[in-house]
Amino acid sequence: MENNVLIDLKNICVSFGDEQILKSINLYIRDGEFVTLLGPSGCGKTTTLRVIAGFQEPDSGDVIFEDKKINGVPAYKRQVNTIFQRYALFPHLNVFENIAFGLRIKKEKESVITERVTELLALVNLRGFEKRAITSLSGGQQQRVAIARALAVRPKVLLLDEPLGALDLKLRKDMQVELKKIQQSLGITFIYVTHDQEEALSMSDTIVVMDKGFIQQIGTPTDIYNEPKNAFVADFIGESNIVDGIMLKDCFVEFSGHKFECLDKGFAENEAVDVVVRPEDVDVVSIEKGMLRGVVTSVTFKGVHYEIIVDIGGFKWMIQTTDKQEVGDKIGLFIEPDAIHIMKKSEYSGKYGDFSSFSEEFDELSQPDIVAEESDDED
Amino acid sequence: MMKTKKPFFSAKNLTVTPYAVWMVLFVLIPIGLVVYFAFTDANGTFTLENLSYIKRYAETFWLSVELALISTVICLLLAYPMAFIIAKMPTERQGSAILLIMLPMWMNFLIRTYAWMTILENNGIINRFVGMIAQWLQIEFEGFSMINTNGAIVLGMVYNYLPYMILPIYTVLTKIDNSLIEAARDLGSSSVHVFRRIIAPLSVPGVISGITMVFVPAVSTFIISYLLGGGKTYLIGNIIENYFLGSSGAINYNVGAALSLLLMILIVVSMGIMNHFDKDSESVGGGMIV
Amino acid sequence: MSKHLKRLYSFLIFAFLYAPILVMVVYSFNGIKSRSVFEGFSLQWYKALFEDSLILESFSNSLIIAALSALIATVIGTFAAVGINKMKKRTRSAYLFVNNIPVVNPDIVTAISMMILFVFFVSVTKMFEMGFWTLLIAHITFNIPYVVLNVLPKLRGMDNNIYDAALDLGCPPIKSFFKVVLPQIMPGIVTGAIMAFTLSLDDFIISYFNSGTSFQTLPITIYSMTKKPYSPKINALSTLLFVFVLVLMLIVNLRQTRTAKDKKKKEKS
Repeated sequence: MENNVLIDLKNICVSFGDEQILKSINLYIRDGEFVTLLGPSGCGKTTTLRVIAGFQEPDSGDVIFEDKKINGVPAYKRQVNTIFQRYALFPHLNVFENIAFGLRIKKEKESVITERVTELLALVNLRGFEKRAITSLSGGQQQRVAIARALAVRPKVLLLDEPLGALDLKLRKDMQVELKKIQQSLGITFIYVTHDQEEALSMSDTIVVMDKGFIQQIGTPTDIYNEPKNAFVADFIGESNIVDGIMLKDCFVEFSGHKFECLDKGFAENEAVDVVVRPEDVDVVSIEKGMLRGVVTSVTFKGVHYEIIVDIGGFKWMIQTTDKQEVGDKIGLFIEPDAIHIMKKSEYSGKYGDFSSFSEEFDELSQPDIVAEESDDED
Repeated sequence: MMKTKKPFFSAKNLTVTPYAVWMVLFVLIPIGLVVYFAFTDANGTFTLENLSYIKRYAETFWLSVELALISTVICLLLAYPMAFIIAKMPTERQGSAILLIMLPMWMNFLIRTYAWMTILENNGIINRFVGMIAQWLQIEFEGFSMINTNGAIVLGMVYNYLPYMILPIYTVLTKIDNSLIEAARDLGSSSVHVFRRIIAPLSVPGVISGITMVFVPAVSTFIISYLLGGGKTYLIGNIIENYFLGSSGAINYNVGAALSLLLMILIVVSMGIMNHFDKDSESVGGGMIV
Repeated sequence: MSKHLKRLYSFLIFAFLYAPILVMVVYSFNGIKSRSVFEGFSLQWYKALFEDSLILESFSNSLIIAALSALIATVIGTFAAVGINKMKKRTRSAYLFVNNIPVVNPDIVTAISMMILFVFFVSVTKMFEMGFWTLLIAHITFNIPYVVLNVLPKLRGMDNNIYDAALDLGCPPIKSFFKVVLPQIMPGIVTGAIMAFTLSLDDFIISYFNSGTSFQTLPITIYSMTKKPYSPKINALSTLLFVFVLVLMLIVNLRQTRTAKDKKKKEKS
């Protein structure tokens, strides 16, 4: 059943008032797959999840589940379960009753319920927590209860809406591993929403990059990272230097005043393109050997490597290197053909990939926060 | 293409329907009727004559506003320090103090007002007491005439509505972030300065709702003026009451409605003025304890 | 302010608030029928009070009206709050504006506006007369807004996803509301109901205009007592009411501090 399509979204459109949240989303999800919807706040990823869960009726388009159209089937009759942002545990019920909630609705026998809850508590490493009040649990423990509660009713699909957003970094890393383990051991489909690209890259089988209500790209993590379709995807997944270039002919591109060999084909002759070069793919060499030459304008120590900003003819490049450089050094840069990725021009061209305004603080500030995401999607 | 598919009465808002019907029937329609009666005569024909009564009762209106304003100011002056003292108490004691403030409010206000009658009367407790002292000191004492004066009415208003002023002010004072005060002190403010520049401005919403909660019932009362004014002083509330429930010859709903309409407009206007001072808090009765 | 000044000030304010009540309590035990001279301790006015069938009847009327109106207002108000909470901002403001009319309007205006409606209705249909039903409707009307105002903040403070989570686990909508939402907003509903009950029990002005002659509540009876020659029964009645309220408040207060302590204990363990 590995390649069976479980969920199929066809031309889904959703708008709230005058604002179009989803603009014709087409997406299919296979059984047992770990799919991540990735994008900045307000991109429509949570709304997509709510369409699948049944909390949001699409204005148009079909939601197909196991070859059956399920538009109009209310949430409580769908075989999908959700892990909510901030968990949405029932504060008036204890851990046991939270997990047993769905089973009680199904009128399961008491012995079955006890057995299932105990089994799930073991799965999420919360043995002995049955009688605890929800409010007495830490964020990580609440997260585990939420997972157990959703899994209790044996869903075919688990929808996870930024489930780790409220946890601190260390705990988040641990939970990522744990979630992936649970998904693999149970073999059920996970649809995971996040704005954290690292999380998406490390956990998913398939990543769906979204922005402004459109799907920008669907692919495996390596595809998305190595072959971004446009400047938005390139910038959102990892750091990228994105410069204007001219595709002179197949496997031959000119940018920053130099002609490079590359591996990309299929563009028109002399087509204007966006060129992506990842910071870690640029080698620092002596100024004579460099294909490009520039001046170091800033150096930041990152532990594993140095992150340096290099001014090349007015355009600032970010380069990761293990050799220490000093501000003001004139250096040469060398780029291998397989480090160059060519993209067609898009509406995002020229908006991303220049590091002239780059600073640490700016990076921190531009991290989308969860609260904003929620209100963007729901109001 | 924009299309709203949601019907006007969507299923989830059925829960509001009984409420909506009720409020229309028993709040909006009655107010509509007040307006209708205010502009018609006994036969239902349109007239502006009822409004001429407003002129006749202008003095009464003015007196009502005056007494209510005086009471509101006295309440504010008495309540602010009290609210401040309670807000500065240790948290465990604040609850009991507020309980003590609220307790008299749970007594029916007729009874509370009536009790003042007993105290203020010509041969009431105060006069008896002072008389005894006078006798002991062998001084001539004819007794204060306190009951049936405007002063007695103001006293009754202050007594009845003082808690309404203390509670909202107390609520906003407790909500002021202590770190603000500490920050101000840190920046070198004196305690007077801290009060003037931080506490006072931040307590405005509580003061505003306190003023509203005292002024509105005070200006429209007919019981306090009836019991403590001894029928000598008629306030607008008494006039309205008389037009609806007076002796059969006096009943005239149309004039009563016109006067009520004016009272309502007076309240709306004064609340408008109040809200002008308090643009920040959006809800009515920002500091009200509910 | 110095500590002593604070103490003195608080003492004076409390003395002012409690003086009349103290006077009533003392004179309720008066041996003679005077409101200024106290002669001898007696319980005769309490005895007279319990023999006064009018007072007892109006008291039970008050309880019936308060309980019924609080119950109905709580049901209508709670459901209304649920609906209002889901509304878009503009519609919600419109509803809240109407909701606040009875809260903000002077009682006398609310009272006469409903009286006009009832008199109008009675004169048209010639079927009903002012009494129990008009009184009940009037009380429900001024109670509903307070229920809404108490429940709405609880709904707004609640994580909306909790309801969705119940649906998500297979619970149908109405059941989800009762199983998950209701327990969350219960404190607001209870406060609203208590407030409605006490407001109704205490109300004089609106009852006065809308009760007609056949049905009297306690405040109306008290009012008619103030019109008649003085009877210390009114003092006895007030004392009993005060003691009743006092005990009630003490119980509520004790329970609150106890639950607060329990919570603290739980958090520690």
